Amino acid sequence: MGGRDATMVLLDENGIRCDGRKIDEPRRIMIKAGGLKNADGSAYIEFGDNKILVGVFGPRDVHPKHMSNTDTGILRVRYHMEPFSVGERKNPAPSRREIEISKVIKEALEPAVMLEKFPRTAVDVFIEILQADGGTRCAALTAASVALADAGIPMRDMVAAIASGKVADTIILDVNNEEDQAGQADMPIGYMPSEEKITLLQLDGVLTPEEYKKCVEVGVEGCKLVYDLQKKALHDKYFGEKAD
Amino acid sequence: MADRRKYVIPGDVVTTGPFRPEQNVILDGNKIIATTIGISEIYDDSVKVIPLTGMYIPKIDDLVIAKVKSHTSLSWELDIHSCYVGFLPAQDVFGRDFSAHADELSSKLKTGDLVAARIANFDRTRDPLITISDRDLGKIDSGILVEISPSKVPRLIGKRGSMIQMIEEATGAAVTIGQNGWVVVYCESPEGLLKAKKAIQMVNEQAHVANLTDQVKEMLDKKGES
Repeated sequence: MGGRDATMVLLDENGIRCDGRKIDEPRRIMIKAGGLKNADGSAYIEFGDNKILVGVFGPRDVHPKHMSNTDTGILRVRYHMEPFSVGERKNPAPSRREIEISKVIKEALEPAVMLEKFPRTAVDVFIEILQADGGTRCAALTAASVALADAGIPMRDMVAAIASGKVADTIILDVNNEEDQAGQADMPIGYMPSEEKITLLQLDGVLTPEEYKKCVEVGVEGCKLVYDLQKKALHDKYFGEKAD
Repeated sequence: MADRRKYVIPGDVVTTGPFRPEQNVILDGNKIIATTIGISEIYDDSVKVIPLTGMYIPKIDDLVIAKVKSHTSLSWELDIHSCYVGFLPAQDVFGRDFSAHADELSSKLKTGDLVAARIANFDRTRDPLITISDRDLGKIDSGILVEISPSKVPRLIGKRGSMIQMIEEATGAAVTIGQNGWVVVYCESPEGLLKAKKAIQMVNEQAHVANLTDQVKEMLDKKGES
């Protein structure tokens, strides 16, 4: 895509990847809680070259009314890529891929959010991808969890997400755009570290059963790193310098 | 006390052991896990988290400040700054002999009016039922509305009302605090009104500060001299 070098070396003999990382090293991650005044909760994440802004509203009235559920609240997620988020202009209308990712993120967040406390209401999550560089769904899920916590919506745990994958027959952590395009497998994982539960697991590519196990393990360890950064972002906003 | 209070975020284990989970915590095995951002408090047999963020959830017997949104021929709909709409039946205002034909609801409460109200009934299946037929309740004719976060209301009231008493005494204002985070301030003098409003906003912004009472007192005293 975009005239990438097809002969690029994804993993050299010293175990260094195309962007200089080691095999189990994630990209630079920066998470900030809050930032949007008009949303009930918000978060901003920079995950390598991904830049994502998330706003959360709710719990609030459901419109249209027929969507509401008398037993529980509902969660609505919109994942949207800005036209300028990728190399060639993206049509801003929701694409098949965006609709799928919205659904996947919604289902990954549902086990964490205690919607049953707010029957007949909706919680809306709006995810805007400002800049995309592979692994946006994981970064978006990570930021959405922080924004939900910032909105004060009761949660059993926060969902942290990262992708693991396989390039040059090696299992790696945090797949970037080049590795996603040219690699052998890509496995986004969403994980609730305190609950020790996986809420998102997709796989694109072919893995042996052993590689699959290794891939999940690497991903879960990566999620724990992301989780610490999520906690730090919320600590910074709410408890400031006197964080314990 | 320092080790009994802790800053927590969702998923944090507050403590383990035989405790009763109260507000904003869940029991998972023998672990007590926080479900919201806040300050955890451990008592002799129970654990709770005081939230630092979040929306107002109606509770029976709460005093709230409500804004009239609209009315039908039988009831008013009130905005109580929550995810649910308050429901005020006309009988509550007109009395038992209310007749939908003879009585015009807008003669008592118009859209946009503020009322001090109490949550009479609320459960998962219905919208909160509001009453204004009690002492100190009813339409609010004067004063200004100050909005604060519902989670900061206990801080504004203070221990046994210490914070709000101090603000009222220093400014001569009458302050009505709704549990939903809406506060009505009334004061004869414009200076007192502005000062009270500023003090309330200060509590809202700096609710996490330890010796907030002293700081608010200092602010109130300083403005008095100038």
